[in-house]
Amino acid sequence: MEEEIPSDMYKEHILELYKSPSNFGILKNPSYKHTSYNSVCGDEVTVNLLVKEGVVKDVKFSGSGCVISLVATSLLTNKIKSMKVSEVKKIRPEEVLELLKIKLNLARVKCALLGFEAVKGALK
Amino acid sequence: MKLNNNTAKALKADFPIFRHNLGLVYLDNAATSQKPSSVINAVKEFSERDNANVGRGVYSLAARAMKKYEQARKAVANFIGALPEEIIFTKNTTESLNLLAYTLSQTIEKGKEIAVTEMEHHSNIVPWQQLAKRNRFKLKFVKITKDFTLDMNDLKVKLNDKTAVFAFTYASNVLGTINPVAEIVKFAKSKNVITVIDAAQAIQHLSVNVKEIGCDFLAFSSHKMLGPNGIGVLYGRKELLEKLEPFGFGGGMIETVSPDSATWAKIPEKFEAGTQNIAGAVGLTEAINHIKKIGPNEIADWEEKLKDYVLKRLNEISNIKIYHPEQNSAPIISFNLPGIHPHDVASMLDQKKIAVRAGHMCAMPLMEVLNAKGGVCRASLSFYNTFEDIDALVDSLKEIQQKFNKI
Repeated sequence: MEEEIPSDMYKEHILELYKSPSNFGILKNPSYKHTSYNSVCGDEVTVNLLVKEGVVKDVKFSGSGCVISLVATSLLTNKIKSMKVSEVKKIRPEEVLELLKIKLNLARVKCALLGFEAVKGALK
Repeated sequence: MKLNNNTAKALKADFPIFRHNLGLVYLDNAATSQKPSSVINAVKEFSERDNANVGRGVYSLAARAMKKYEQARKAVANFIGALPEEIIFTKNTTESLNLLAYTLSQTIEKGKEIAVTEMEHHSNIVPWQQLAKRNRFKLKFVKITKDFTLDMNDLKVKLNDKTAVFAFTYASNVLGTINPVAEIVKFAKSKNVITVIDAAQAIQHLSVNVKEIGCDFLAFSSHKMLGPNGIGVLYGRKELLEKLEPFGFGGGMIETVSPDSATWAKIPEKFEAGTQNIAGAVGLTEAINHIKKIGPNEIADWEEKLKDYVLKRLNEISNIKIYHPEQNSAPIISFNLPGIHPHDVASMLDQKKIAVRAGHMCAMPLMEVLNAKGGVCRASLSFYNTFEDIDALVDSLKEIQQKFNKI
């Protein structure tokens, strides 16, 4: 299949979130913590999770990244807050990409899933 | 033929990729160059008319294939001022450097040092780094100056009687810096250091002559100089190649084999185990013909004009950070728009059909030195680029900056 040029990845809702992402920062006493790296550009995202009785009570993320990785991680951390850990573990990559509501080419999928990999790594 | 903006447009028409991707502004030539019809057809015609294995069959078809393969070796040798037997075909620059590091390390005494530079591509760091680890050699990095050139004072300290090998780039894939290779080799020789040059980013932009440089080894890839993928070159000085052990074992590289021993073929076959990329070699011959037809000097002159234009226009952008030396450089220009991630810049350019590279450029140690941890954007030119391509790039960069300034 031919790789199409995505129409517009930098829509308003994406840039708005980039300007003020949710859950950016670190937790004082996280139950789990993990950093994922993007080998293409050297970006990194660290996810801090506070888990009580099998439920994600709080989540924060930090790191340097592009618009796509930052926004995707922001949306993902919103999604998993208050979710059962067992449910978080079941999230598929496609569900993370759907959160963005934009079309990405293969090269940028890696950026969008950087935070997801950090969450998976933290809960391993 | 003297090249200008009009002739560049005409030369672009030789490259079918631009017919199939209308409006494409291709500025990622340092990653790989596009292929002209002549190269594509040469590979196709060889496969259709002359295909047979080489060095094995006695029938006429095999002899014809053999002739084409050896013609490629001669063409490469002639192109860089070497002898045909000094040309070893590999998969690419990376494989050339890996194989060389592997076999060279067997000749290095314990306690010796290997030196590279801070501006190397990973492919000229990691092979040496891993061998240094395995064999307990020390690996040293020659520094770069704040002007993005090699620090010659540091070089004169780092290369000393302990140094066994100095592996360095001819032209940086990030900074575009062209190193004074002949001067470096001369100094290295005075310290009895073996010199290995990564010419992957030089071969398509300037005339490379190994005898004038005086280096021991030099590596490059076909795919960055209009040729097909999957074929690369390792040049080695004849007397050194004759002494070195083979990299790989198998068919084609032996003289005799008994159940418990083997002797090696003469160079270059000694280093070419197994069936080689014969069609790729034929394509590489045609790539060299294509470059020669246009003229390496004419290419260099035109690319210099394009480079000056891109630098002049990029400097119109406020706060842009450009990582490029004042002089002696290849048309490879890395930059950053402050506060905007290189991937976002590249994706937004992509929406305008402009292809640039973004990221760490396979040079993470250099990114650290440049304090560009998220990477850089890179525009790398070829002779088929035009002033219009550069205008498209710079105008789009200005728009991107405006868009980000608004949020």
